[in-house]
Amino acid sequence: MPQMNMVQAINDALRHEMRRDQRVVVLGEDVGKVGGVFRVTQGLFDEFGDDRVIDTPLSEGGIIGTAIGMALYGLVPVPEIQFSDFIFPAYDQIVSELAKYRYRSGGEYPAKLVIRTPTGGGIRGGHYHSQSPEAQFIHVAGLKVVCPSNPADAKGLLLASIRDPDPVLFFEPKRIYRAAKGEVPEGDFTVPLGKASVVRKGQNVTIVVWGAMLYEALEAANQAAAQGIDCEVIDLRTLWPLDIETIITSVKKTGRVVVVHEAPKSCGLGGEIVALINEKAFLHLEAPPKRVTGFDTPFPYTLEMEYLPLSHRILPAIIETARY
Amino acid sequence: MSTATQPASSLASTASGGSTDGSVHPVARHPLDAHAPDVVRVLRDDGTLDPANDPGLRSDEVLTLYRAMVRARLLDERLVLLQRQGRIGFHIGCLGEEASILGSAFAMRENDWIFPCYREFAAALWRGMPLQRYVDNMFGNTNDPVKGRQMPDHYTWKRGKFGSVSSPIGTQITQAVGFAWAAKIRKEDLTALVYFGDGATSSNEFHNGMNFAGVFKTPVVFFCRNNGWAISVPTERQTASETFAQKGVAYGVPGVRCDGNDLFAVIKVTRDAVARAARGEGPTIIEALTYRLSGHSTSDDPKAYRPEAGVDPWKKLDPIPRLRRYIERTIGWTDAQDKELEAELDAELKAAIAVSEKTALPSLESMFEDVFGELPWHLQEQRDELLRGPRAKGHGH
Ligand SMILES: Cc1ncc(C[n+]2csc(CCOP(=O)(O)OP(=O)(O)O)c2C)c(N)n1
Repeated sequence: MPQMNMVQAINDALRHEMRRDQRVVVLGEDVGKVGGVFRVTQGLFDEFGDDRVIDTPLSEGGIIGTAIGMALYGLVPVPEIQFSDFIFPAYDQIVSELAKYRYRSGGEYPAKLVIRTPTGGGIRGGHYHSQSPEAQFIHVAGLKVVCPSNPADAKGLLLASIRDPDPVLFFEPKRIYRAAKGEVPEGDFTVPLGKASVVRKGQNVTIVVWGAMLYEALEAANQAAAQGIDCEVIDLRTLWPLDIETIITSVKKTGRVVVVHEAPKSCGLGGEIVALINEKAFLHLEAPPKRVTGFDTPFPYTLEMEYLPLSHRILPAIIETARY
Repeated sequence: MSTATQPASSLASTASGGSTDGSVHPVARHPLDAHAPDVVRVLRDDGTLDPANDPGLRSDEVLTLYRAMVRARLLDERLVLLQRQGRIGFHIGCLGEEASILGSAFAMRENDWIFPCYREFAAALWRGMPLQRYVDNMFGNTNDPVKGRQMPDHYTWKRGKFGSVSSPIGTQITQAVGFAWAAKIRKEDLTALVYFGDGATSSNEFHNGMNFAGVFKTPVVFFCRNNGWAISVPTERQTASETFAQKGVAYGVPGVRCDGNDLFAVIKVTRDAVARAARGEGPTIIEALTYRLSGHSTSDDPKAYRPEAGVDPWKKLDPIPRLRRYIERTIGWTDAQDKELEAELDAELKAAIAVSEKTALPSLESMFEDVFGELPWHLQEQRDELLRGPRAKGHGH
């Protein structure tokens, strides 16, 4: 199996699916000749031409609105939003239109497309290039939300997303675009949506995490192991609908849980996960569930490493939970 | 086709439409703007047609369209009554705009698609949606095309290549552009017509849609029903442009204005725009000058903001009597025939209402269907909880 980074794996997935399915089109700002600001679509323009790899005017609302129209026609658009921070001009099209189409038309018009967008901080991007807005989309009925943490999952989840009947927001943690490397299966390869992966098995504390923070959680788990605390680390992969079974099975075993995410704490996905654990496994809990997250401030530039829930903040939470 | 680059003639001098407090650009939009030289008109006051722009309809086509216009009028009147009686929740009609809506729908070819705003039920019916389905939508029952999930007048009719009505203003505009664009990429001979009001030209998606369509020359027809008002806000509060057609200039999209209460003019300009799109020459924006004779919807009373004197000139331009005069002169039509038609349409509607009112409401579990392609665990849980729990009383139960 070839070694790839996330950028290469996503590019591989797009190329594979565009060859396999003539209906797949990529559109967005700078996705053509330049291959996107992160070069994720590099080379696609040369292979598929400007009817299928389309540089659009600078308008996120226009990109998503027209992509919905293309989907209604029967194409399978994969629009790119340059940074997830810039998705908000398209928020209305995503929330009021894309998410609702199937439902509001009584099933007549299922509109599906996959919005790819780099997300998260840690790249010295300041708050307009670093946010993690996933919870704002999870709250909307009708959307699926995905966030891979490694190249193989990125390829497999993207192919599964493109083939899924529902609209998917595909958040790509840009901090690990090139840093995360690994073997990626060649050719056709999917990772099913809605299935988390247990990245590290353990007995004492469950850590639920996704995206770039997975590596921080693993680091913290290793440090905790040195202190005799055996952590189980669950990478959600699909954020919504989430794999509640894997979480609950783990929490029933460990009785302790720490949820880690970059996004602000209040009303983040971590809150929902904790609520679900309370509903489904309250009597198995040995300690109050903890959240280690970004703060309820805008994402800061200079102090970004203090803002992010890095291993130095995760470790004390693990210890506190384990010793409760 | 006249383009938006032509000056809008006498507009600036007849400054009767602007507000006097100086807060709004005083551009006049006199009702009789429809007579301005850049406005395409075919049906003359004397009931004859301008041969230069006559779309050449057969008399059976004219009669079918007249019937459809009268049917739309009757539906509007009866549905308002039903709402007043508390039997349906809402209605948003097209009273006065029948020629704009039916003329444009008629001008589309069979393969073309229509992306509706919300006042275009007459276009959906024209595209083959059975009256029964439309009335079912009013009651939100189990046979409603949208299964009781949206307010009345938020219908859909895919079989008729008719899109899905959304509430947020303007959102359908970019979608129509994307649809037409996809067809162009796939080299299919179809065009898309998208309806919106004058208010929608202030929305993001109007500008996005016009811009994308202009850049990619998508085969789309922007159909602006300039009916004078966006709820209580007059057109001069939407724009300081002299006309809405003129807005195309900035996007490289030709604009044309027509008398929207003149069925023949609407058909003529729409056909031209469709032909232009089909030839690969790109989009056109049509501004149909018409007037909303009724309130915005059943939730609105125009007396609060609109002087009755402003309505009177438009009553004289009512598209139905205008067409009626034409068919009386050319084909022959009598008051007795009108009465007969009305009785027939009334009976048809009464029967549909009776059926709709007796049709069951959507099942409780249907609330959870179509959110996703398959029912995920969290919706299964919530559905089961609802089914086990207590039932609501009142409002549809
Ligand atoms: C985004 C949004 N804002 C506000 C509304 C409330 N609203 C419904 S219809 C309407 C006026 C629309 O006017 P126009 O586009 O001119 O169409 P018309 O109803 O006159 O045909 C408004 C403000 C809405 N539906 N969507």
